[in-house]
Amino acid sequence: MAKVSMTVNGKAASGDVEGRTLLSSFLREELGLTGTHVGCDTSQCGACVVHVDGKAVKACTMLALEAEGAEVATIEGQANADGSLNTIQQAFQDHHGLQCGFCTPGMVMSAAALLKDNPKPSEAEIRDYLEGNLCRCTGYHNIVKAIMAASGQDVSSIAAE
Amino acid sequence: MYEFEFEKPSTVAEAVAALADEDAQALGGGQTLIPTLKQRLAMPSKLVSLTGIPQLKEISDNDGVLTIGGAVTHAAVAEAAAGSYPALADLAGHIGDPAVRNRGTIGGSLANNDPAACYPAAALGSGATIVTNRREITADEYFQGLFETALEEGEIITAVRFPVPEKASYQKFLQPASRFALVGVFVAKYAAGVRVAVTGASEEGVFRWAEAEAALDADFAPGALDGLSVDAAGMIGDLHGTKEYRAHLAGVMAKRAVAAAR
Repeated sequence: MAKVSMTVNGKAASGDVEGRTLLSSFLREELGLTGTHVGCDTSQCGACVVHVDGKAVKACTMLALEAEGAEVATIEGQANADGSLNTIQQAFQDHHGLQCGFCTPGMVMSAAALLKDNPKPSEAEIRDYLEGNLCRCTGYHNIVKAIMAASGQDVSSIAAE
Repeated sequence: MYEFEFEKPSTVAEAVAALADEDAQALGGGQTLIPTLKQRLAMPSKLVSLTGIPQLKEISDNDGVLTIGGAVTHAAVAEAAAGSYPALADLAGHIGDPAVRNRGTIGGSLANNDPAACYPAAALGSGATIVTNRREITADEYFQGLFETALEEGEIITAVRFPVPEKASYQKFLQPASRFALVGVFVAKYAAGVRVAVTGASEEGVFRWAEAEAALDADFAPGALDGLSVDAAGMIGDLHGTKEYRAHLAGVMAKRAVAAAR
C-alpha cells in the first residue's frame, strides 16, 4: 500500500491505495464520492469522466497514484456554493438531457471541459466532443440541446424535439 | 488486475533503473495498458510511469523537424503541431475520444504498435525517427509486425522526430465502437519522394504501400492511384470487414488522403 494525496473538489484528500487502485475506485470507495459512475470499466462509456488538473479523463482508466498532487474535480463539486445546480446541470434538467441519469455525471463533466476550451461550440463540435460518452436512453439530442443552452446559444435549431 | 508495484520516476535514468526489475513494465498514459491489465492479459510485477518525467514532455520545432517527447499526450500533439504539421495534429486530434487524448501518449502508442492504431501510420508515413534512451531507430526499422517493435527490454521512447513534409494527410475509416482505424492511410509528400503508410489493414501491422508511393511520385493526384490495389492476402479479416474490404478501403482512403493533403 502507498499513500496518495490530492485535492478533490477543492479539499485535501488522501488515503492508502494499492498500485492497481484506479482513480475511480479511490473516489468512490475511499472518499465516498459515488457520483463518478463506472458504467463499462473498459474505457468506452465515459460515465466516470472527471477532471484532473483541468482536463477530462476517464477515472476508470487512470491509476489513483497517477493523480498524486493533482487537482481533481468530480460531479459532486459542480453545484453552486449554495447547493443550487450550476448552469450546465440546470440546462440538463431544463432540456430533459437525462432519463435514467447513469451517464449524466460523465456527460456534465465532459460538457464542462468542452465549454471551458470552447465557450460557444457548434452542434457538430458538441457531438464530436461527446464521442467518448455513451447514453443509452436519450438518443443524445437533448444532451446536445442542454449543452447548447448552457453555452448561451439558441437551441431551436437542434434536430428532434 | 493482478497486483503490481507502482513507481513514478522524474528522470529517464531513474525510469531505466526501475525497469531493470524482472517483469517491470513502462506505463505511458495507460489507455491501452490499463484495460489490458483489467482483463488480466498482462501480469507485470511493477509499472513504471513515464508521465512524471519533464524531459519526455518537451516539444520542439527546428529546421523542418518536429520533435515530440515520448510522454506527450495526443491532445498536446493536436495543439502543438497544428501550425507546423497540420496532418499530424489532425491525426492526434482524432484518436479515441477527448478523455483518451488527454491521457494517451505518442510513446505509449508507438511502443504498443497496435495494428489498428493511428500513430504508427504517421511515424512510418513521415519517415520519423524513434529516439530512445539507447539509440535512434528509423521508422522503417522500428515496426516489426503485430504489436512487435525494435524496442528491447528496458528501452524507453524518449522522443519522436518527424520531418515536416511539403503536404500530407491522414484519412481514417473509423471503426465506430473501438474508435480505432478499420483502415487508415497516411500520405506525405517530401522533396525526396512520397510516403504512403497503411494502418488497420494488415495482419503484420502498419506497412508502406510501395506501388502507391511510386505512382504518386510520378503524379501526386488521386487519379494516379486508379487501378492500383493492395493484395487482399495478408489483410485482416474479421466481423468488422473482410480481407477484400480492407484492401479496397486502403485504396479509397489513400485517394482521399491525396485529395485532402495540404
